[in-house]
Amino acid sequence: MRYSGFRVIREALTGHKGWGHAWRDATPQASYDYIIVGGGGHGLATAYYLAKEFRQSRIAVVEKGWIGGGNVGRNTTIIRSNYLLDGNEPFYEFSLKLWEGLEQDFNYNAMVSQRGIINLFHTDAQRDAYTRRGNAMIMHGADAELLNRDQVRALYPFLNFDNARFPIKGALAQRRGGTVRHDAVAWGYARGASDRGVDIIQNCEVTGIRRENGRVTGIDTTRGFIGAKKVGVAVAGNSSTVMAKADMRLPIESHVLQAFVSEGLKPVIDGVMTYGAGHFYVSQSDKGGLVFGGDIDGYNSYAQRGNMPVVEDVAEGGMSLMPMIGRARLLRSWGGIMDMSMDGSPIIDKTDIDGLYFNGGWCYGGFKATPASGWCFAHLLATDRPHPTATAYRFDRFRKGLMIDEKGQGAQPNLH
Amino acid sequence: MIINHPLLGPRDAQEFTYLGDAALIDRPDGMAYPTPDAAQDAFHDYLYQRANPAGEHRELWYHEQGDRSWLVVTRNTVTHEITAVDLARDVARAQGRSK
Ligand SMILES: Cc1cc2nc3c(=O)[nH]c(=O)nc-3n(C[C@H](O)[C@H](O)[C@H](O)COP(=O)(O)OP(=O)(O)OC[C@H]3O[C@@H](n4cnc5c(N)ncnc54)[C@H](O)[C@@H]3O)c2cc1C
Repeated sequence: MRYSGFRVIREALTGHKGWGHAWRDATPQASYDYIIVGGGGHGLATAYYLAKEFRQSRIAVVEKGWIGGGNVGRNTTIIRSNYLLDGNEPFYEFSLKLWEGLEQDFNYNAMVSQRGIINLFHTDAQRDAYTRRGNAMIMHGADAELLNRDQVRALYPFLNFDNARFPIKGALAQRRGGTVRHDAVAWGYARGASDRGVDIIQNCEVTGIRRENGRVTGIDTTRGFIGAKKVGVAVAGNSSTVMAKADMRLPIESHVLQAFVSEGLKPVIDGVMTYGAGHFYVSQSDKGGLVFGGDIDGYNSYAQRGNMPVVEDVAEGGMSLMPMIGRARLLRSWGGIMDMSMDGSPIIDKTDIDGLYFNGGWCYGGFKATPASGWCFAHLLATDRPHPTATAYRFDRFRKGLMIDEKGQGAQPNLH
Repeated sequence: MIINHPLLGPRDAQEFTYLGDAALIDRPDGMAYPTPDAAQDAFHDYLYQRANPAGEHRELWYHEQGDRSWLVVTRNTVTHEITAVDLARDVARAQGRSK
């Protein structure tokens, strides 16, 4: 079924009885050409582009819970392409371009909202760093603008401009950045993939990865063995535990990141704002809640919840930037598990096992990458060659000293 | 989280900074390998590869705002339950190291 304005009016007049399911909840077949493990944004996007752009047949997505129940439904929904390094910027700009055409492409309202993002700076050195970053972005075809203090004040007059430690001196802006309705991304990709024949199999946990003579033959699951020629793993926070089933160790640690939502308020912040000095970032949801977050908890965790010290730290950061936030009540908070890689950048690569492919290490920045990650992983699965924008995301970059370390922290996942 | 420091008693985890897997104590000896490639492999694994288990995990915590000792904490990464805390020095000595 295609969604359209005409369809909405027709359904409104006929009691909304004609809306069907958005996608088929499939049962596993004996075997597939391609199995994607993980029904998050990246897994579903991979299946969608595999079916649509690379016209591959017999594809399944296997998800242990329900699709969209992982990080794709837990993040703070920010999209942007304000990266500095050569290995990253073309990839994230490719992703932003895909976001811009996504809703028309998959005929689903994902509420892509290019409301703009600003990164505040507080010192001359930070201004220089952001000037450099902005220039790198422009050289790769993205948009970037440097705002002075008065321009930031015109945007958000309520900020604490005269904070003694971190006075606001200006900001790097990317007007094309913004937010997207995260659940709708999973649903839209699932629907688009399902319509093109992809089997979406929920409540089916992968418990083993079977191999013969160095080749993948299929996966063991809680719903039995499923044969496959190629298996692509995209399981975000569970990367290490799933790849361990193929006896692989990864340059990854799992850490928890928390997010927070306030009670609904009148419109106050129309874009996205980051405050690096105070480890705080914020936007306002369409329902009015302030959506914000800060640092990861900083030690290995598979518990999908955080701890109080970071709640306090994030609240302090918020208070120091926008003191009026102290009058808003906090409605809820939650945590998601992220696979923090050793240099803070992702991995999209073949493994040493024939037919086994890996997509992960997205840290806390993988939501914005969803379309490009899906596209590039589909490209790799279909052609066995990396997509031009993802050539740097290989396993061997650590061995070769070709890390993509945006933050310059070295091999310390909890600092990225 | 409360970390039961073997010398100082229960301390809030906020007093500590975290380094990662306690396997980082076992730094390879670069001269002990037959070829440079083998040494490089060993260092690659040591520096970048992690078991990253969901469950019991031995990890290094530094008592930065306390006695500045390094501890090996055995903690469950799913429940956050801490079952053992040892001085990293004692762990290294038990493995035959001088300090
Ligand atoms: C609080 C928070 C805020 C964030 N904010 C942002 C942001 O503003 N912008 C941004 O770009 N990124 C953000 N991120 C990061 C982003 O959400 C993730 O990097 C990205 O969503 C991960 O990819 P995914 O959606 O495919 O993962 P997931 O949705 O987690 O998909 C992985 C799926 O694999 C499944 N799975 C796991 N193990 C198995 C198994 N054995 N068998 C079968 N299935 C399995 C899981 O159930 C899950 O559904 C944030 C993350 C968090 C936690």
